[in-house]
Amino acid sequence: MTHTQKRIIVNNIVMMLSTLSAIIGIGFLFWILGVLILNGVDALSWNIFSQEGAPPGYEESGLKHALIGQLMIVGVATFFGVPLGILAGTYLSEYGQQSKLAETIRDISDIMMSAPSIVIGAFVYAVVVAPMGHFSGWAGSIALTIIMLPIILRTTDDMLQLVPSTLREAAFALGAPKYKVIMQVVYRGAKAGILTGILLGVARVAGETAPLLFTSFNDNFLNTNMNEPMASLTVTMFNYATSPYEDWQKLGWAAAFILSMFILGLNILGRLFLLKKRGK
Amino acid sequence: MSIFIDKLFRYASRFVAMSILLLVAWIFTVLLQNSMESITALGFDFVTETKWAPNLEKFGALPAIYGSVLSTFIAMVLAVPLAIGVAIFLSELAPAKLKSPVGVSIELLAAIPSVIYGMWGLFYFVPIIRDHVGGIGISMLTAGIVLSIMILPFMAAVTRDAMNTTPDILKESAYALGGTKWDVIKDIIIPYAKAGIIGSFILALGRAIGETMAVTFVMGNVHNISLDITAPATSIPVTLANEFNEADSGLYYSSLFELSLLLLIISFTIISIAKFYFLRRKRIA
Amino acid sequence: MATIAEILEEKTLEVKDFEFTYASAEQASIKKLTMPIAKHSITALIGPSGCGKTTLLRSFNRMHDLYPGNKYDGEILFKGRNILQEKEDLINLRIQIGMIFQKPTAFPMSIFDNVAYGMRLQGMKNKSELSDRVEKALKDAAIWKEVKDRLKHDANGLSGGQQQRLCIARAIAVEPEVLLFDEPTSALDPISTSGIEELIVELKERVSIIIVTHNMQQAARVSDYTGFMYLGELIELGKTEDMFVTPREKLTEEYITGKFG
Repeated sequence: MTHTQKRIIVNNIVMMLSTLSAIIGIGFLFWILGVLILNGVDALSWNIFSQEGAPPGYEESGLKHALIGQLMIVGVATFFGVPLGILAGTYLSEYGQQSKLAETIRDISDIMMSAPSIVIGAFVYAVVVAPMGHFSGWAGSIALTIIMLPIILRTTDDMLQLVPSTLREAAFALGAPKYKVIMQVVYRGAKAGILTGILLGVARVAGETAPLLFTSFNDNFLNTNMNEPMASLTVTMFNYATSPYEDWQKLGWAAAFILSMFILGLNILGRLFLLKKRGK
Repeated sequence: MSIFIDKLFRYASRFVAMSILLLVAWIFTVLLQNSMESITALGFDFVTETKWAPNLEKFGALPAIYGSVLSTFIAMVLAVPLAIGVAIFLSELAPAKLKSPVGVSIELLAAIPSVIYGMWGLFYFVPIIRDHVGGIGISMLTAGIVLSIMILPFMAAVTRDAMNTTPDILKESAYALGGTKWDVIKDIIIPYAKAGIIGSFILALGRAIGETMAVTFVMGNVHNISLDITAPATSIPVTLANEFNEADSGLYYSSLFELSLLLLIISFTIISIAKFYFLRRKRIA
Repeated sequence: MATIAEILEEKTLEVKDFEFTYASAEQASIKKLTMPIAKHSITALIGPSGCGKTTLLRSFNRMHDLYPGNKYDGEILFKGRNILQEKEDLINLRIQIGMIFQKPTAFPMSIFDNVAYGMRLQGMKNKSELSDRVEKALKDAAIWKEVKDRLKHDANGLSGGQQQRLCIARAIAVEPEVLLFDEPTSALDPISTSGIEELIVELKERVSIIIVTHNMQQAARVSDYTGFMYLGELIELGKTEDMFVTPREKLTEEYITGKFG
């Protein structure tokens, strides 16, 4: 056998292995997706949206409490996290630029994005839950805000930097003050990108479970008082799925399905915004 | 007036940006303060002691550290070759019609929250391990496998992106000398994208070691150092998730905070290595 | 029909009724092109951008096969066989027909390993034989003196002109019969350019050369034959000195006098 023939055989083997690993990898992932859809659709019913939690065995049980709790916790986190993140990102791109301070903030934010979220939960427990003496929806929102902040900050920073500097210069040349240039020219130019960043940031924190375990904790019933423990889809899913009761497990799958579809939806929407922008 | 707003905007944005640094410093300080009781009481024994028995006021973190390291190791051993295979497939092998849909679905799967992976692992993977490998199914091995599947999409997507940075003209040059696809991949693409690939693997490692929900479902939270990977075990995040709400004494709490601090330091270190050592260097194309 | 001057030398390649269509295109980028390539001489392909000269060049070593869906028609004869056939051994073909690209393409490895790469692919393991041939190739590419003390260094540390000569050394180390140059000096400064041009002229002793260039002075300086292409067709092929002085086609004259392009 010549060396070249050997090389061709090795090449074919490696290509087969690579295709095989792609099939295995993708197979696993579609297995998870399939399980999620089958169990989720099976568990869906009107009760899911209209009923609160109930002891195991109750017909009339649903996830209304968790859905509303989830929306409130994530909503409040978004309310604080998005403007703060955009403001901080604006500083990096428009004022700090390549300064040492700005670069340090970028680096630390990048690290924070991959840092373990359960540690953020422990931190918020120490500074919010322990002094207040009880778990609360606020504490959960604060934990999620901390997780969201670096994501929004970095995407805003990146997206603003993509706006061509000639655009800024043109606005300055007309005598506009910097804040007006930023608000009216730079933000407008980066709108789609910032929006995508927000959607991805919300999607990311919406799936967080660990930092809520000991901040917002859980509640099996509907509660809209942010000052008290509050149910979330993720923690409810965790509690129900690890319970021995079949009807609770089923509710857990429904929660998993709704949450995943919400998060996938946000991700797809975010991509579409970017695609649309690129298409222009 | 507009000068005032201009100044206000500048200082407000600067304040918020700087508060990120303060926040991180605050997190470290708070965790350290809350760990002080355990640090003074247990000292260095905390990380060498193998016994964790809250009812006896015994807090040894070694089983959790061991579990974190071993489960992450299993996950990496399984995920790295698969991720490379998927990345090769996506960047060099897949027909144009498959490239984009498969690539996008991998990226979307990276966005699925880890709690879903954990739940899937509990209901579908635990029985398989129990019936075909042994033990009760809740184990170090199961945790490692679920973790590997969870980090696979991220690793594959980033590895593919790194491989795609290789200029076409460089690949063509190697083909023009009579190289096969595999020759070009191993001699040109992988060396060219090496820093990016290793960096993304280390980043995935940093994420995996701090991952909580994917493993909490399937690990069992048993503080035991065993070479038998089919036995239940624990890791730092699993211990935190299971015990934080149960802690009833000052020392118990404090040792959980010390675990958090330990985890944060480990992840920060790993992620920093990935970022500063591998992902920073820019190549001149 | 194209005006094709008589070629007295032996031919290394013969293009016959060749057509090429890109996967993304509906129309052929090269239409019914017939063209002989003389052995041990330099043939330059000129023409405005989009005329198909690079597309033609990349057909000689079947580079287009790297991207799916591209279609060849007609014949390119090399050593008596049509290299466009399905069953053509592309690895072997590319060893015999080497290529130099628009930009230097030093591989991410040492200078020595760059030059040895093609030989190693063919299975050459003998160290002393390898280093003899690397040295010879580097000498032939007129870069030996500059790199002999740093053969183990990363090739990306060389200057652009040095890298391009390194790529030429890498290509000639496997002793090809034909070398394809795709605008080899477009990324280089004037001094490096003239160095590469001298080198190309010297190389024709051993290999047949086809060079695509957008620089008409370069074609005039280095080539023996020049082919002028326009809109996927060969308009005129002739001895370089004749063609630049007395072009036979009106289009050729307009192009070389700068009326378009």
